[in-house]
Amino acid sequence: MATHASYSYDVLVIGAGGAGLRAAIEAAQAGVSVGLICKSLLGKAHTVMAEGGMAAAMAHNDDRDNWRVHFADTMRGGQYVNNWRMAELHAKEAPDRVRELEAWGAVFDRTADGRINQRNFGGHRYPRLAHVGDRTGLELIRTLQDHTVYLGVTVHMEHTVASLLVDSGRAAGALAYDRERGRFHVFAAKTLILATGGVGRAYKITSNSWEGTGDGHALAYRAGAELIDMEFIQFHPTGMVWPPSVKGILVTEGVRGEGGVLKNSKGRRFMFDDIPDNYKAQTAADAEEGWRYTQGDKNARRPPELLTRDHVARCIVREVKEGRGSPHGGVYLDIAWIKDKLPNSEEHIKRKLPSMYHQFKELADLDITTTPMEVGPTTHYVMGGVRVDADTQMSSVPGLFAAGECASGINGANRLGGNSLSDLIVFGKRAGEYAAQFARKEGAVKIDDGAVDRATKEALAPFERGAGSENPYKVQEELQETMQSLVGIVRQESEMREALTRLQTYRQRAARVGVSGHREYNGGWHTALDLLNLLTVAEAVTLSALERRESRGGHFREDCPEKVPEFGTVNIMVKESAGGMQVSRVPLPPMPDELKQVIEEQKE
Amino acid sequence: MDATFRVWRSEPGGAGAYRDYRTEVSEGMVVLDAVHRIQAEQAPDLAVRWNCKAGKCGSCSAEINGAPRLMCMTRLSTLDINEPVTIEPMRTFPLIKDLVTDVSWNFRVKKTIQPFKPRPPDAPDGTWRMAQRDIDRVQEHRKCIECFLCQDVCHVLRDHAKHEDFIGPRFLTYAAALEMHPLDTGDRVEDLKDKHNIGYCNITKCCTNVCPEHIRITDNAIIPLKERVVDRFYDPFTRLLRVFRA
Repeated sequence: MATHASYSYDVLVIGAGGAGLRAAIEAAQAGVSVGLICKSLLGKAHTVMAEGGMAAAMAHNDDRDNWRVHFADTMRGGQYVNNWRMAELHAKEAPDRVRELEAWGAVFDRTADGRINQRNFGGHRYPRLAHVGDRTGLELIRTLQDHTVYLGVTVHMEHTVASLLVDSGRAAGALAYDRERGRFHVFAAKTLILATGGVGRAYKITSNSWEGTGDGHALAYRAGAELIDMEFIQFHPTGMVWPPSVKGILVTEGVRGEGGVLKNSKGRRFMFDDIPDNYKAQTAADAEEGWRYTQGDKNARRPPELLTRDHVARCIVREVKEGRGSPHGGVYLDIAWIKDKLPNSEEHIKRKLPSMYHQFKELADLDITTTPMEVGPTTHYVMGGVRVDADTQMSSVPGLFAAGECASGINGANRLGGNSLSDLIVFGKRAGEYAAQFARKEGAVKIDDGAVDRATKEALAPFERGAGSENPYKVQEELQETMQSLVGIVRQESEMREALTRLQTYRQRAARVGVSGHREYNGGWHTALDLLNLLTVAEAVTLSALERRESRGGHFREDCPEKVPEFGTVNIMVKESAGGMQVSRVPLPPMPDELKQVIEEQKE
Repeated sequence: MDATFRVWRSEPGGAGAYRDYRTEVSEGMVVLDAVHRIQAEQAPDLAVRWNCKAGKCGSCSAEINGAPRLMCMTRLSTLDINEPVTIEPMRTFPLIKDLVTDVSWNFRVKKTIQPFKPRPPDAPDGTWRMAQRDIDRVQEHRKCIECFLCQDVCHVLRDHAKHEDFIGPRFLTYAAALEMHPLDTGDRVEDLKDKHNIGYCNITKCCTNVCPEHIRITDNAIIPLKERVVDRFYDPFTRLLRVFRA
């Protein structure tokens, strides 16, 4: 079967969000040839939606901050099943990565003395998030995008990778189709960097764009790589719940960082009712102290609204379940109340949270400067992903790298807000650096024409079956509903078993999916192919969640509601085997004593 | 309740026609929701470009009842749904299929603008100092989500097809963001005059009116840049000075 064109690169980056762009920049600067494939237009990736900021211990707003505190915060937030080395590298390198963005033209909000301003966020002990109002992701992606275009990186926009190609166990390239014309392209590459983001589209209510179909997770899995921590899904506590068509769209944690409070239908600030023991010492005693914290008082402790996302999400679910929710099944998030504290509150809110003001005004016809918002949890982020070496980001498949959300390790059981954007630039850079090094060292790859033919034929199969077969949109929708209701925020064994049974039937139906029309920009066809990735991801999440018989971070089981120490020493791993998806427990790498000590010191 | 959507459907080779789809609508829906429903239930091969569905990525630009808008930010409650709602692709760019256009020209244009070039760092640790008030105006331009609606509506591009000579409002704001960046040492004024033909713009403000980010493109980007061009090249006094120097 003929392919339209072929390309050859030293480094092929798949995905052009923050991690992919940062990787491409690093590799290009190392002097190797770089190709970049993205499913959308350049600059539209999901990174663009990140709002709050990027965490880096630069200590601009509080000089007590340093990498040790950031490291300990990240490990505590992840319930200590993080890869300690990734958490360490991240905490140490994030400040330099942020400063570098400024040198490339990023314009962060400033402190009074003209440095990069940093804001408070959940789980971070000190104000640590470099930000641009509430559109930090746009600033990040645009800065990287505009820097990349002058570096000679070849960008292939609106291309989707159908399959990775391997050459005697080593990554060798990818087969992709362009969405515009539906033609197939072969990319030979000495190294591949997956930077494909998350899996939110496996759920019905999500903050993720259509792109979050777990492509990198599924491609890596099928190429023989290992996935870990797939049971850990982050449900962001505050998504929009009304009107129905915008359900799931993110409401930034920055609202709470700026003083916004959560209330139930009785008007009670319910977050004060349940503060976990390991956070008690750092949490405000009352509303007044919490307010002072958000206004930069260094002697105040943070309000309970800024506890970790997993905890806040579960508290909201509890309020709704016990009948204290808002009319549309959420709770109230109130920033308007700060008018009691600040003279110019309306202007202040618009300046600090401009896109939130906009979003509610235009989509829900609600003015957040005068009226509380209705919010509820939304599927936001997957902590799990490709298992990689902490320093190089290489997976167990030689030459196959992963960075950003599709890689795993730094976040453990729960990611802190703001640690994602910094993760992208810290590990995107490392992936680019080590992929370039690997490419220089290794010889050329051979493309297996038979594998290309098979993968092309498989990708075109929905056209052979034609319309009148299963509708891909329908199967996708049912899969999303199943994952939402049976493998969501609160899980239990019997429901997850039921989910597995249903996933089997979706797999059979996916094999019968058919599409009509021609190959040019055919949404039905694209959905049919994305569906295969979603199925792999959904199965990995469910099997891993069944295996972890405890509750920890983003994974909560009603039938095992406590933390179990033996699970505190392992990651759950899935890998492809002849008999299907194979699940196992792998021990966490042992942490050096000096880092253990850092964690102990920060516990006070 | 049902409503009719009159959607542009194209054929390979360039021909096309409006096709009416009736579908159910409910409270709070935006145009993109209706398009998705039509795609899932009646026209699975309908081509539409979208990403975030929250007005942040600028992918779903189209012309709705003749007005350039983001489909994800246009609520049905703002339209008269007793009449068919017309949805068609941006007309300033070549059509790929249905509602999707080829906007790659924009990405090529950006490369013709001189990149950011910072002054040496202010502090020994390699960082800079900037006051918030000095970056406010740059941040306005950096809000741009590259939806290209301003390009779609610009007369110089839409009616006169000057794509080869003129960079359009999007890239005038881009140039303004660089020129006004407190750290930047580049000089794009000559390029703006000769290569990018800023003079073609006759400040009708159509771009400003369609900007979903409410960037005051004409007032805060184009006019200040025009002033810089005029100051340097057309000011009678400096012209005279140049003659003497020559």
